[in-house]
Amino acid sequence: MSGNEAIARGAYEDGITFASAYPGTPSTEIMEAFSKYDGVYAEWSPNEKVALEVGIGAALGGARALVVMKHVGVNVAADPLFTASYTGTEGGLVIISADDPSMHSSQNEQDNRNYARAAKIPMLEPSDSNEAKEFIKIAFRMSEEFDTPVFLRTTTRISHSKSVVDLEEPETRTEKRDFRHDPSKYVMVPAKARERRIEVEKRMERLREFAETFPENRMEIQDTRVGIITAGMPYNYAKDAFPDYSYLKLGMVHPLPSGLIREFASKVDKIFVVEELDPFIEEQVRAMGIEVVGKEVFSYTGEFDPGIVEAGVTGNRVGEVELPARLLPQRPPNLCPGCPHRGLFYVLGKLKVFVTGDIGCYTLSFMKPLEGLDSCICMGASVGMAHGMDKVLEGKGRVVGVLGDSTFIHSGITPLLNMVYNKSNAVVVICDNRTTAMTGMQEHPATGFTLQGAATKALDFVELAKALGIDNVRVVDPFDIKETRRVIKEELSREGPSLVISRAPCALLAVKKKTGRRVPLRIDPDKCTGCKACLGLGCPPISWQRLEDMEMETEKKTKRQEGIAVIDSALCDGCTLCQQLCSAGAIEGVADDE
Amino acid sequence: MNKSVQNVLLVGVGGQGIIRASDILSAVLMRAGFDVKKSEVHGMAQRGGCVSSHVRFGSKVYSPLTKKGDVDILVSFEKLETLRYLDYLKADGKVIINDEEIYPPSVNLGEEAYPADATNFIKKHFTSVKVVNATEMALRSGDRRMANTVILGVLSSYLDIEYRVWEDVLEESFPPKILSGNKEAFELGRGV
Repeated sequence: MSGNEAIARGAYEDGITFASAYPGTPSTEIMEAFSKYDGVYAEWSPNEKVALEVGIGAALGGARALVVMKHVGVNVAADPLFTASYTGTEGGLVIISADDPSMHSSQNEQDNRNYARAAKIPMLEPSDSNEAKEFIKIAFRMSEEFDTPVFLRTTTRISHSKSVVDLEEPETRTEKRDFRHDPSKYVMVPAKARERRIEVEKRMERLREFAETFPENRMEIQDTRVGIITAGMPYNYAKDAFPDYSYLKLGMVHPLPSGLIREFASKVDKIFVVEELDPFIEEQVRAMGIEVVGKEVFSYTGEFDPGIVEAGVTGNRVGEVELPARLLPQRPPNLCPGCPHRGLFYVLGKLKVFVTGDIGCYTLSFMKPLEGLDSCICMGASVGMAHGMDKVLEGKGRVVGVLGDSTFIHSGITPLLNMVYNKSNAVVVICDNRTTAMTGMQEHPATGFTLQGAATKALDFVELAKALGIDNVRVVDPFDIKETRRVIKEELSREGPSLVISRAPCALLAVKKKTGRRVPLRIDPDKCTGCKACLGLGCPPISWQRLEDMEMETEKKTKRQEGIAVIDSALCDGCTLCQQLCSAGAIEGVADDE
Repeated sequence: MNKSVQNVLLVGVGGQGIIRASDILSAVLMRAGFDVKKSEVHGMAQRGGCVSSHVRFGSKVYSPLTKKGDVDILVSFEKLETLRYLDYLKADGKVIINDEEIYPPSVNLGEEAYPADATNFIKKHFTSVKVVNATEMALRSGDRRMANTVILGVLSSYLDIEYRVWEDVLEESFPPKILSGNKEAFELGRGV
């Protein structure tokens, strides 16, 4: 089981029946697995702030609520988070923060242990799938016992690694689902918040005592010459490299057990703190006056592995094969064949505009050859940034903001309203591919279906834009290059804010729903003039073949022709973008009998 | 380093069925009684990027990632990707290469050349190198998408695990419609 599946399983075994989330790598599979268990309610909320508020509401109604997000999602949810720490929770409330050291699929690699400290919320950190399954249960019990939200932190390597898990039968736990009026606890006006503020500190004091005897903070005393303090996945890397040293393995990373740490320090000669990202444990241990080795030998950035931990402790790398260095062609991820983003960003890349981008597959279009996107900060930033840039640049028609449908719903509506209110001239394009594509086809409020498959109202972007006060709303088909270019140019020259909805389903969604498999294309080598126009799309099935490398003799159509383009028809989706660009008419459909 | 743990690293390009293959391998190893950990590095791999999947097994496995220089068998689904992960191999590590070239964007655009000498380079530095044409064998079994099953078949002859275990797991892994084709593909690979 993966760590994510194990968390879902643990919640199910613990009798948890309520969960809310917004998808985000590496956390997404938790909800996908949880939502399939019998008798549970699970929802995709429009963003992480809403998901947490939904969770707080459910907990105040007496339920045990699970809220799931990736590390940057906690930024979005930070506002309710810090005050929910003051109010505490009636039922139980556990928040999963899935961090992404090495940024496998993220725009930054923030260490969310810092949130636990800043918001004064306890945080558990499992080191494999079985612990993930057990820790979610402990987290709920702590939440109820200490009347506090509890964080469970994973990293990509916990979430996505698979290891052996012992399954147990689900427990039925009663919940007293009702509301209770308690304004002194739940109405955080200054006078009441000041009172709760003191309670929070008392709670932290009790949690620090709890940490001292918490069984998942455990010492493994073996060879006492070296002691390693660690938590989460790095524990495994260290154990792999140094099975015989002594360990203080922390299952709870906030608050830390100072007595236990002092005891461990008294038993070993030299201490290493092995932790990815920030020196979170290290600095607190140093502040206790204990000498340790940490970030002077370990990197602040990226995830570790056993080799990195070994090299940090011993000072050298061992056992690697000596190979002559070679420069290899990189293999960055690319938009799929038949991706609707390709046509849109081909057009944008050719216009003399700054394209503020966002979070989604389309962010990949910043690369060659499309080069159709100029910035990527966070969800929704494209819209606010486009407006800000439009305000400071002289003249019209120089800025386009682009974001996906799910991303627009997540954080794009408020800044779009701002564009109307503050009289923007920028153009916003929603790449409406009818799904949350990047995280693997999740439903959202405009798809017409919920996470658990129920039909529901689908948000209408055109009506929404009109209601916000946008007069210029256009819908285009991004597989029609000419039309897309014409519409965007028109809107760029128009006064006032414009919204263009570039609408076509994600290529993978089309495959999944078995809709519209198109006729794959091929290039007639006798007609191709080698102009490379089709290569400008950066489409995976289209490659370049030099004439001198070809087995067959091909006649040159122009004096300067150096090669021809070739389509691997087995990979081609038949979207026809390349056909629209081919002035030689060399691209044709593959006949059925070929 | 924990010597009782064995390490297999499967690498290739998103879409080649590497994760599926490593799932099946892990299930087989678990069934054979090992502690198993498996981890992928794939981020946005559905979109054609590199994929690598570490599978580690033994009596007790801690880390799901193998350190560089510690892989026993490198199973590569694509030639160029083999080169990218060679430094993970032990000096006496074994290599299985699928004789397939998938061009990355820079090669498609004609900006960079695909390394022509990949196999020779690998053979120069490692003694046990097996090159198979899994796609061609998969086509013989009826569908090129079964190339990953062919490669699993090749890998199976490197591991000391009862044939029955493989058979059982294959049967549980594929729906009836494509089971016989996959079994045939597995056999073809195992026979190499």
